[in-house]
Amino acid sequence: MSRTNLRSGSRLPVFLVLLIVLSGTGVLALCTGATFIPIREIISILTSGKESPDYTILMHIRMPRIILGFAVGGSLSLAGALLQGMFRNPLVEPYTLGISGGASLGVALNILFKWYAVIGTIAYPVSGFIGALMVMFFVYGLSVRQQRLGLRDILLIGVMVSFIASSVVMLLMAISKSEDLHGIIFWIMGSLDEPNLTLIYIAVGVSLGGLLISHLFCLPLNALSLGEEGARHLGIQVESTRRWLFFLASLLTGLSVSVAGIIGFVGLVVPHFMRMVVGPDHRFLLSGSFLAGAAFLILCDTLARTIISPLELPVGVVTGIIGGIVFVYALTRKQVVL
Amino acid sequence: MSKALLEIKRLSCGYGDKTILRDISLAVDTEEIVTIIGPNGSGKTTLLRAVSRILAPREGKVLLSGVDINKMTPEKLARQIAVVGQFREPVAMTVKEYVLLGRIPFYTRFQFIETDRDRALADRYIRLTGIAECENKRLNELSGGQMQLAAIARALAQEPKLLLLDEPTAHLDITHQTRILDLIRRLNRELSITVLMVLHDLNLASEYSHRLMLLKEGQQVACGKPGQVLTYKAVEEVYDTTVLVDKNPLSGRPHVFLVTEEQQRVSDILGVGRQASGVRPNTQPKA
Repeated sequence: MSRTNLRSGSRLPVFLVLLIVLSGTGVLALCTGATFIPIREIISILTSGKESPDYTILMHIRMPRIILGFAVGGSLSLAGALLQGMFRNPLVEPYTLGISGGASLGVALNILFKWYAVIGTIAYPVSGFIGALMVMFFVYGLSVRQQRLGLRDILLIGVMVSFIASSVVMLLMAISKSEDLHGIIFWIMGSLDEPNLTLIYIAVGVSLGGLLISHLFCLPLNALSLGEEGARHLGIQVESTRRWLFFLASLLTGLSVSVAGIIGFVGLVVPHFMRMVVGPDHRFLLSGSFLAGAAFLILCDTLARTIISPLELPVGVVTGIIGGIVFVYALTRKQVVL
Repeated sequence: MSKALLEIKRLSCGYGDKTILRDISLAVDTEEIVTIIGPNGSGKTTLLRAVSRILAPREGKVLLSGVDINKMTPEKLARQIAVVGQFREPVAMTVKEYVLLGRIPFYTRFQFIETDRDRALADRYIRLTGIAECENKRLNELSGGQMQLAAIARALAQEPKLLLLDEPTAHLDITHQTRILDLIRRLNRELSITVLMVLHDLNLASEYSHRLMLLKEGQQVACGKPGQVLTYKAVEEVYDTTVLVDKNPLSGRPHVFLVTEEQQRVSDILGVGRQASGVRPNTQPKA
């Protein structure tokens, strides 16, 4: 087992590799699809003008998906890294706190009550986001009101809220008409197909902003790996750190879920994987997770839309299968302790 | 001894509606080693938690160099008091990274990377505690003794005036027990670090401390030099166990021997006192 990967000097190459992988997957995603466009043609298509159909495919169909994949993959993975660090529990992921459950419930209600007919397709992300926010405030409010509620209790409440929400969604599905049913299922399975460009820009802005802000909490997160008291002994204000991290992770997750639906596994597996590669130091882990998550989701989305082309697989299915297999493989290859 | 570095004044504190410590007063002088002893649940760890501001006092206060610790900023306190707690979180970081965590209270607001000075200090304390050979090992690969030394190195990286240790010798073999306590004494003498610690082993406490404080059910029973505190009467009363106290022939400090039920019966029948060096058996019936 090599330990060199934990020395800070050897982390720079890791980040170079990550950037190369990320741009590589980006280019690959641009090239592949229902029609294959070779790399060398891309530049000429882009420079030759906006009228060609290839230009439309590249810039209006593939590019937005890649950008959204970058934002959502990065956000989910970053949120996972933050929450795993904050809860000191490697099994926590962005959806554990019930945020996805709230978002699904919001969207299911939107579809059933046809809010989208009133305010347009923007109703999907908006209702998802409101659902996510409501769960977030519920879980957080509960933990503030009951002063002695520990981290474990917050986690358990999150899991329970998740169950309750998904049960209510099931209930709604059971009583809904079949065309509504299709809409709910489709949304829940997750997809990077988002026609609204403004939403994509918001997602990118929030994810990059979140990445920047999260770095203010690298050292508190590192200190928290000593446990709550250990962090306090190092002068960390544990409560306010937690509050910030909770909101940051919730915002990143809530936005991702409301734009792209539920894409599982990214937030759980990618931070794990990066911890094996760059070590548990959050100064490297956060940005590493973000980049790797972005690349991973773009790659999975490319596969999702090419494997059974012209039909499209839900991207969550691909992230689950690939992520799970790669992760189990990596675990059996290398001793991992979190 | 100069003036008191740490002053605990009529401190009472507890958890929820339970009061654990009642009316504790203690002054720890600069460059002193004071050890808190007492049975399980007597409030030893709670006292350390109150001094490190994990637990707020109900009544009374804790002063460090004359300043109320509950009025300091957390960073300022962390630059003066370091704690080696009882429990270790299993983390996969290297010893070097772990020790560097001790420099966190010294980082400026937007500082991201440790300075050369931070690295030099971490290096220094890794060597001082004798764990240089495993500085690139991960924490989960260390033995219990090495882990404890690493925790002390991490605390030292905070360059504290006052070092708090909660049972630093728990679960260690005698080699590491003496190694750790010898190290603590050396830190005390050479780096002028004041030490307040909790020990379970009365004999180690007797050997290595300037003063002892004996707690029972959250109250102070005795406080003073080991010879004054570790009398068979005090120990038997607090621990509810028959003991014999003699002197360590090398140091002249009190040494506590346990008396088994059988020995007790035999000595009672024969009328032989378990007294040694002025120690008398406790003939009172147990409560």
